[in-house]
Amino acid sequence: MRLQNKRSLRGLVLAASLLGLSACGPTEPVSQGAPPDMRRLTEEQYRNTVADIFGPTITYGGRFDPLTRTDGLLTLGARTARVTPAGFEQYYALARSIAGQAVNESNRDTIVPCKPANAKDADDTCAKQFFTEVGRLLYRRPLNTEEVNLAVTSAHEVATTRKDFYQGLAYSLAGMMATPKFLFVIDSTEGDAAKAGDIRLTNYAKASRLSFLLWNSAPDEMLLTAAEKGELNTKSGLDKQVDRMIASPKLAGGVRAFFTDFLDLAKFETLEKDPVIYPAFGARAGEDAREQILRTITDHVVTRNLDYRDLYTTHRTFVTPSLARIYQIPAGRPEGGWSAYEFPKDDPRGGLVTQIGFLAVNSHPGRSSPTIRGKAIRETLLCQHVPDPPGDVDFSLFNDPNSPHKTARQRLTAHAVTPTCAGCHKVTDPIGLGLENFDGAGALRTTESDEKIDPTGDLDGIPFKDAAGLSTAVRNNPSVPTCLVNRMFAYAVGRPTDRTDKDTIQYFQTAFEKSGYRVPELLRDIARSETFYKVSPPKSAAAAEATTTDGHASKENKS
Amino acid sequence: MSFLIPRAPTRRRVLRGAFGGTAVAMALPFLDCFLNENGSALAATGAPIPTRFGTWYWGMGHTPGHAVVEKRQTSQGIEFLSETQALKPHAQHMTYFGNFNMPLDGRSNYTHFSGWVANRTGSAPSRANEIPGTTLDLLIADVIGNNTRFKTIDVSAAGITRENYSARGTNSRAAAEVSPVALYARLFGPEFVDPNKADFKPDPAIMLQKSVLSAYTEESKAFMKNIGAADKARLDEYYTSVRQIENQLALQLQKPEENKACLVPPKPSEPPADRLASVREMSNVIDNHKVLSKLLAMAVACDQTRVFNMVFTDNFANVRRNGETYTHHLLTHEEAIDAKLGYQPLAFWFGQQAMNGFAEYISLLSSIKEGDGTLLDHSLIFATSETNYARVHTIDGIPVYLAGKAGGKIKTGMHVIGNGDPITRVGFTVMRAMGVSLDKWGTNSLQTSKAITEILA
Repeated sequence: MRLQNKRSLRGLVLAASLLGLSACGPTEPVSQGAPPDMRRLTEEQYRNTVADIFGPTITYGGRFDPLTRTDGLLTLGARTARVTPAGFEQYYALARSIAGQAVNESNRDTIVPCKPANAKDADDTCAKQFFTEVGRLLYRRPLNTEEVNLAVTSAHEVATTRKDFYQGLAYSLAGMMATPKFLFVIDSTEGDAAKAGDIRLTNYAKASRLSFLLWNSAPDEMLLTAAEKGELNTKSGLDKQVDRMIASPKLAGGVRAFFTDFLDLAKFETLEKDPVIYPAFGARAGEDAREQILRTITDHVVTRNLDYRDLYTTHRTFVTPSLARIYQIPAGRPEGGWSAYEFPKDDPRGGLVTQIGFLAVNSHPGRSSPTIRGKAIRETLLCQHVPDPPGDVDFSLFNDPNSPHKTARQRLTAHAVTPTCAGCHKVTDPIGLGLENFDGAGALRTTESDEKIDPTGDLDGIPFKDAAGLSTAVRNNPSVPTCLVNRMFAYAVGRPTDRTDKDTIQYFQTAFEKSGYRVPELLRDIARSETFYKVSPPKSAAAAEATTTDGHASKENKS
Repeated sequence: MSFLIPRAPTRRRVLRGAFGGTAVAMALPFLDCFLNENGSALAATGAPIPTRFGTWYWGMGHTPGHAVVEKRQTSQGIEFLSETQALKPHAQHMTYFGNFNMPLDGRSNYTHFSGWVANRTGSAPSRANEIPGTTLDLLIADVIGNNTRFKTIDVSAAGITRENYSARGTNSRAAAEVSPVALYARLFGPEFVDPNKADFKPDPAIMLQKSVLSAYTEESKAFMKNIGAADKARLDEYYTSVRQIENQLALQLQKPEENKACLVPPKPSEPPADRLASVREMSNVIDNHKVLSKLLAMAVACDQTRVFNMVFTDNFANVRRNGETYTHHLLTHEEAIDAKLGYQPLAFWFGQQAMNGFAEYISLLSSIKEGDGTLLDHSLIFATSETNYARVHTIDGIPVYLAGKAGGKIKTGMHVIGNGDPITRVGFTVMRAMGVSLDKWGTNSLQTSKAITEILA
């Protein structure tokens, strides 16, 4: 009860601060928006949607056509991603597997809302009820009459032929899940009644945009109902849904998805450590290290709603026995699983960049790399571009086996005498050298080749003595929150940003700062903004008509 | 506001897919141009043997001076050196192409990327990650791959699904199959129709699947009509992909021709967890390549596909050897040259493993008998890398090998000298030999209309 009161109070404070922002703060700049587009569901969105609709017991493997990382985000590749024959083959196999499981004997009673009169025959009434409900969640809008008819007729034919009502449902459901209506999130638009000649997203398209941002999954029943009533076109209706969704446990899924993309955790796909050089880095370490990053983030920015910047200095995290072995700390739960852990205040570990995941994935299989680590901090956390090395770079001096250089600092100093190399290395190495007290697997060390490691360095003119100092310098770097807002905005609207977005991004940056750098508040501000939903007329004449492209009539446009 | 109202689906429309599209009794026609040179046939049935096309990829090119003895002019015979020794027994089945250039017309050499993209699409990328055209394997698949269960099969032994060098552009790239268990399930799982089984009966469930899929596809086509031009192109590709699956389902309803070359391989077992955590350790890559190759070769022999792509190691060679600090890629840049040997010993070792793998691949294809020859005789394998000398990222002189005779259309055993011509001449010649109708291929200085007639039979 007391906890609930505290939460209510916190909610009131947040609400008051937000009201203050809108009452006294800057006004949201007018955005031109971008033409409506069509984004292929990401693998995670597909999996989340399936789990939300059919429950977590549905299991399936599969591999999805890869997306192209665009402006630092894989998600932006979804707006141009296509479906190859092999990709569709996978979608179709997954659809059949999922549909089969959804109506099998174990699941049908919870997933199918009615029972057929005869399980060995078609039952159009029950099938219609099932497809009306499930189709609305899959297509993220209600099915029209023709779509319901198609689903029911298909199920009827199969059920009659196979003498099995549930096989009828399964075949038809698989067909539904293999259509572009499910596999692509389509920006359906309508004429904007308030501004003649303008278009706007339909309520259902708004619901999808909102849901994939906050939950990385399709809209739920309540959001679709709000869309059906046209409530997302009103401030109060939109705010109500945004608040509900931000308060939902599913927000953690949305935040995880964003940070997975933002931090380029796809790099873990190729993470391998040499077992001879790093015997402590066991088979599970890579997977656990990735998960540790995400658990730390969701705990920090969602559960405890703390200052985003402190993510780079926090000593609080979660570990498994496989990670504890590398950290050289007590295993927590020797039987396995996750347990919370807080590094002592004077421990060199503190913040994301000192976690095994960041250190190991930005290293070689058998050696650390100040250059790769520094580059990752510059490019990922500060949104700065580091040029690729020249094609004809000569490393012979650097790697002479008879070289007297024992530490990475000495080797890099020798290498950087070449002017073409020095230019880039001076923007990466002084950062990465601060993490040299951690080897290529992320374990603590004080020496390399029996020589004491010097972990001093510099980040944009801020000198530091060691990893803790680097973490603080990252935490205080003004580009850290700016970079997050830039990426978050691009991720939200699903397209690369350009100069026309400058004022809008500045607006969100100011709001982020005022909120004390709270990520949920940044999400809330974006989700409540007009810019987030703004679309401009498509370029082609045919598509410029303000039509609903997904065939659903929006409530407010039915005049 | 307008809406597109599709015709209401009727029982008749749904059934049309099921019983109008299966063509149960109709065999798919072979095109004459894909018969082998003598029109010879599968021993058992008299059916003509199709010509197949494959690519084989390895990362990091060759060690200059230690791969193939350079020549001044095109001639018979390839002199393999230490890095490529394993290929020596197969010299009569191969052709090597040297001294072909890759002009980029002032565009950047996106390291370990521009090379494979230009070699396979005929166009150099103008920005990082851009794939400016369709790769040659897919252009070939559009001609020879339409009547098999899979248009192409893409496999990677290095365990990275996204590193597949087959694409129709930047945003249209299939994921490679990396797991032998998953590949087996896809190729020889319940949907595989064994051509040598006497008791073939079309599965009515397949007919229903096809009918339902076709009904949904047709309905969604009408519905998506108002999409903008760029997205329409994406949807067109989607529908092309659906057609491929419809075709796949239709094929499952036909009794395949008896095929004695087709021997269903044993099901591979799931590797242990520690092996999965070190798939890019070289010994595991080699083992994985062996298992995947056997499955792939048998899929080709069983005519499940006629176009097949194998990646041994990826373009950044993210492979390693136990006890070494760097991946193969990093070694090519960071390992010192051994003064005595004249090369980077560890990087060389990786290169040698790749060529050993290629030799095994050729051996495997030539061990499968088909008609009066072997699977290799009826195939053409285009094997390349993305660099010539990875240490300094040179792309002129990228090594290219062809293996197999393409059913008698290609001469083998030669070392072809390019004299600085664009490397696209090789791809252009290959596509012409495989029946792709092209007057020219490539863009800017990579454009060519000159086939390498010396290798055409």
